[in-house]
Amino acid sequence: MPKASLRLTGWGRGPASACEAVRPERFTDAVAAFGEPVGPHGLCLRGAARSYGDCATNGAGDALMTTRLDRILAFDAATGIVQVEPGVDFHRLLQVFLPRGFLVPVTPGTAFATIGGAVAHDVHGKNHEHDGSFCQHVTELDLVLPDGSVRTVTPEDTRLFRATAGGMGMTGLIMRVAFRMMHVPGGGVTVREQRANDLEAFLTAMADGADATYSVGWIDGAAHGTRLGRGILETAEPADSEISRHRSLSARVPFDFPGMALNPVSVAVFNEAYFRRVPQAGRIRPVTWQKFLYPLDAIHEWNRFYGRRGFIQFQCVVPFETGPAALRDLLEVISASHRASFLAVLKRMGAGRAGYLSFPMPGYTLALDFPRRAGIEELYRRLTAITLDAGGRVYLAKDALLDALTFRRMYPEFAGFSEVLAKIDPASRLQSDMSRRLRLHDVP
Amino acid sequence: MSGAETWLILGASSAIARAFAREAAARGADVILAGRDTEDLARTAADIGIASGRTTTVQPFDALDFSSHAALADRLAALPGVLNVALLFGTMPEQAAMDEYPDLALTCIASTFSGAVSILHRLAPLLEARRDGVVIGFGSVAGDRGRLKNYVYGAAKSGLHTYLSGLRNRLGRAGVHVMTVKPGFVDTAMTFGQPGLFLVASPEAVARACLDAAARRKNVIYVPWFWLGIMTVIRVIPERIFKRLSI
Repeated sequence: MPKASLRLTGWGRGPASACEAVRPERFTDAVAAFGEPVGPHGLCLRGAARSYGDCATNGAGDALMTTRLDRILAFDAATGIVQVEPGVDFHRLLQVFLPRGFLVPVTPGTAFATIGGAVAHDVHGKNHEHDGSFCQHVTELDLVLPDGSVRTVTPEDTRLFRATAGGMGMTGLIMRVAFRMMHVPGGGVTVREQRANDLEAFLTAMADGADATYSVGWIDGAAHGTRLGRGILETAEPADSEISRHRSLSARVPFDFPGMALNPVSVAVFNEAYFRRVPQAGRIRPVTWQKFLYPLDAIHEWNRFYGRRGFIQFQCVVPFETGPAALRDLLEVISASHRASFLAVLKRMGAGRAGYLSFPMPGYTLALDFPRRAGIEELYRRLTAITLDAGGRVYLAKDALLDALTFRRMYPEFAGFSEVLAKIDPASRLQSDMSRRLRLHDVP
Repeated sequence: MSGAETWLILGASSAIARAFAREAAARGADVILAGRDTEDLARTAADIGIASGRTTTVQPFDALDFSSHAALADRLAALPGVLNVALLFGTMPEQAAMDEYPDLALTCIASTFSGAVSILHRLAPLLEARRDGVVIGFGSVAGDRGRLKNYVYGAAKSGLHTYLSGLRNRLGRAGVHVMTVKPGFVDTAMTFGQPGLFLVASPEAVARACLDAAARRKNVIYVPWFWLGIMTVIRVIPERIFKRLSI
């Protein structure tokens, strides 16, 4: 099928990669396009491109976009198992299945991510400690391997499944994903919000709320001194009350903001207001699923706030034992840098993970955005060094700057991944800007 | 579940057709997906059936296989309820390719125009007899004026516009409404990655606009609406100037 020359970026924007792209709409076209000969930079699989960095771009190479492979293929209300093509997104699944009382059990913070991407990143949500990662709910998937053969992979198929879950799209083109939806009692959740005045209070409140099904913290990355690590903890439980359907998605960022719109003063003012939104005594209120799971989706193309140069998201996880000290170090570096943008997210994670390169480990995960300006590499390097020292790792779905050596130290199961990859893709047909940066095809 | 209304979607594999079928079913109609790639249409049918709960069937249909069209019309005669037709097929080869291989130009006309006349002309008596229903024919802004870059496809669509205008005149007397849609730039496989496009509409937005307009019994619409202004300007350029332009 004809290729289009496109300049592609991840969600964090920034420098674009010139790719030769196809966007098949039919099953046979997708398989045929996947089998086309490729150049030295191979082929990259790209969904909705909601990952932040360079894992779905492929400079001077080919790209296959899966967004139009967007059909729900089967649904069994008795088991809750749904089968979809890779380009189906969480938004559609919410629209179709929530009225019937079913919800995707694990979802990332945007509904515009695709299910193919959810597998490739083994995504987690605000209920990770409770419900694990996305691929732990996958029962089966059809994978077109780099050599063109089609395999149905199940979790029992241990090695190939573990390489595919969180495998950054390196094991093949997923053409069908079957996973179990969960039953929910109503249209939303009951959210409890409480302020935490500093990091210690935050971690204590999170530990106290660890039994909650959903738990997420909004942290003020600009706060310092005695306020370091202050924020708001949200815990939530599915509610059986009927919440009237929220009106659909609203605003759109109409243009690229000038780079200076985001400065330490505007950030401090915004964060102060966000913190004070919740009364000192806390509050409890009903919220629709959509608003609770996808708060930022209400503003389309919010990445344009950061201007043309884009932004970097840093997300790490650090173990519970070393976590409090590491988080303090991270937040001190961040607040002293005066580069932090609006809210950051702090959550607890459990042990749930399905793949060799899955991100989760039991501990605390911290995520925040930085505008892409001079010196960002140095700041990122300092943050990854603290993370590595604490025995943690950064999330590849967000990453754009990690080096191959640090990656290997953070992901001890890379050897298992590498072994599978050497077997199924010895010619490195599947690549991306990230796969070359992290040298995913090289032996550990 | 069988609806009071059924949309026959001719050329159901395209992105606009997929969006149209989803939207029609979401609004409570059954859909018949007609096209060549029946295996792929079965996937779309599953999707729509699950999402809407409506009856969704797949019908083999090839615009160029004129001799098969009568049988399809006969089969639809027995369909209960209101039958609506959305005609979305067409092929747009590169103008340069057609310049090199004139046979390709004939195929373009045959599938985009002759195929449309062949099936609609056989469905017309049926629709007249049923005295109800809507026909939506997808033309193109390319059919409003012959342009250097795209005039064979434009001519086929222009012919279709004229045909639909006459069909509107004929079927209107029987209470069947015919609407002509002229889409501007839509984000489809046809336009994917083409340089110089602007204000590209999503297939979903086009589908919604068409069904809204058909419900209001519009005759000819541009989608998105501002293409009416763009094409009005292009239409009034005098031919002696237009013939020197390459827009």
